[in-house]
Amino acid sequence: MTDTTERTALTRERLLDVYRTMRTIREFEERVHAEFATGEIPGFVHLYAGEEASAVGVCSNLDGRDTIASTHRGHGHCIAKGVVVGEMMAEIYGRKTGSCHGKGGSMHIADLSKGMLGANGIVGGGPPLICGTALAAKLKGTGGVSVAFFGDGASNQGTTLESMNLASVWNLPAIFVAENNGYAESTASTWSVASDNIADRAAGFGMPGVIVDGFDFFAVHEAASEAIARARDGGGPTLLEMKFTRYFGHFEGDQQTYRANEVEHARAELDCLKRFAARVTETGELAQADLDAVDAEVTAMIDESVTAAKSAPLPTEADLLTDVYVRY
Amino acid sequence: MARNITYREAIHEALAQEMERDETVIVMGEDNAGGAGAPGDDDAWGGVLGVTKGLYHKFPGRVLDTPISESAFVGAAIGAATAGLRPVAELMFVDFMGVCFDQIYNQAAKFRYMFGGKAVTPVVIRTMYGAGLRAAAQHSQCLYPLFTHIPGLKVVLPATPYDAKGLLIQAIRDNDPVIFFEHKALYDISGPVPEESYALPFGEANVVREGGDVTIVALGRMVHTSLEAAAQLAGQGVECEVVDLRTTSPLDEDTVLESVEGTGRLVVVDEAHPRCNIATDISALVARKAFGSLRAPIEMVTAPHTPVPFSTALEDIYIPDAQRIVNAVKTVTGWSR
Repeated sequence: MTDTTERTALTRERLLDVYRTMRTIREFEERVHAEFATGEIPGFVHLYAGEEASAVGVCSNLDGRDTIASTHRGHGHCIAKGVVVGEMMAEIYGRKTGSCHGKGGSMHIADLSKGMLGANGIVGGGPPLICGTALAAKLKGTGGVSVAFFGDGASNQGTTLESMNLASVWNLPAIFVAENNGYAESTASTWSVASDNIADRAAGFGMPGVIVDGFDFFAVHEAASEAIARARDGGGPTLLEMKFTRYFGHFEGDQQTYRANEVEHARAELDCLKRFAARVTETGELAQADLDAVDAEVTAMIDESVTAAKSAPLPTEADLLTDVYVRY
Repeated sequence: MARNITYREAIHEALAQEMERDETVIVMGEDNAGGAGAPGDDDAWGGVLGVTKGLYHKFPGRVLDTPISESAFVGAAIGAATAGLRPVAELMFVDFMGVCFDQIYNQAAKFRYMFGGKAVTPVVIRTMYGAGLRAAAQHSQCLYPLFTHIPGLKVVLPATPYDAKGLLIQAIRDNDPVIFFEHKALYDISGPVPEESYALPFGEANVVREGGDVTIVALGRMVHTSLEAAAQLAGQGVECEVVDLRTTSPLDEDTVLESVEGTGRLVVVDEAHPRCNIATDISALVARKAFGSLRAPIEMVTAPHTPVPFSTALEDIYIPDAQRIVNAVKTVTGWSR
């Protein structure tokens, strides 16, 4: 594990942004969890709570030139890449005002104008796509970097492994972020991943592999910063493995009988928000009052997004047949 | 000015002219240049059948060889299309769709709808299909019905060099994902093709022979087999109208229906397996929308419900031939009620 005693220098403003984004993801997911239980949210929902440091640690190094592809557990990546929270909530409720006008849902939230190439319902669906966005950036000389977030489950998919190989062969500005939360659905990654670490597989594709404490924002930020800088400079791809756990089940409704009590421990001892808050208040970079103000602001914003989503119009029959093609 | 060139040359010319016109057009695939990293020639192959030969040097950096990783590079072409390029990826044989289909039907085909109309994915996947080269079960299939089934994809099957050039140029300029099927037995046929660039619109079938007795709807290589049958039948006093669909998605329903309304008899010729193929689709269309015009039951001439066999003796009877089409036409003309 990378233990960061030495911290990447971030301004007070950026630290507040980071905290706000991580807190927004947590609040969004906790709220969706609660609202899902009421039966008002249709379909399948997979929550990212617990993993916030990964999305925010990586995406806080990205800008408008950069593209990410996400997973079925994609809300955190969307928020970290700047997708509008109110539109995301509306999408989860299947409303016309949603990010995808209610046609995608939780598993397909995307905003290409923000460089967010979609949550993805197919495990391992994203890595080939970001090879393409990275290729486009390389050929056009934009300096853009592309990031595929994927889980420990997708680390066993051929698409992921093929993409890491292709990214090295083509020397693409691509970053592969394996979010190892310990379980692919109900199956332990210690069982399903034959190597000791997912990061070990990087050697087979001629790229650096780095294991990161996924609960530590600063560790993620530093590792991602180095990998992204290298990619921007033409140094090719990197595989980062985040080790952590998710706070909720695979999907909402999962009874999680396969798990031990690691969530309780993680929430109490390892939580990325608590650790972030402890560090920045200890160093005096931010005061507890600053964080409290962000918490209040985020809670109000999430409240508002839920209220707005619930009262937003549903798509109509006229929407059923639109946007299959640009022109047909 | 038109001159005679081959189907292969027509495809090459379409790629070259579009790459010249638009620098966002790139080409990628296994051995598309050929010889990458090898000690001998670069641009050694230009694709397994030489279609892309010469583009590598003409357009430096825009013809990309790939590892044999169809999921990765077909997916990369799709991703690049969302990011401002117009990639033309080559899936060497359509039979290999099994190792990359997710990127095509779950990703490319669905982005626009699933993302609420915000994505544009102008990717072309060129692929080789069809029997006739003794390539056996895993290199000879006609899997276009599977792609035609998927909303969000466009499916194109040129039968002639003229159509190959015009439809490929349209495919590259099109803003939706296009699967472009090239029949491996057609690469060496020649026909008149204008030197200048031109695009043929999708969804416009071509009446390649006019006739008042029977409509034959065909596609791809079967257009030629149908024309051969129609020529034989003309000698026997039966005039067939041959309709080349050109694209199965979008489908030009009107031209098919108008023809059947004129002839009252329909034979559909499709090299694909007989279940859920284009022949069944056209038959259903006509049964639903032109039932009143039909003077005989619809006949379908297709490959059998078997994998493509290897032996010359078997493959020759597997592929629909002119005689089977003649027999089908005689069945529909012999029907009386």
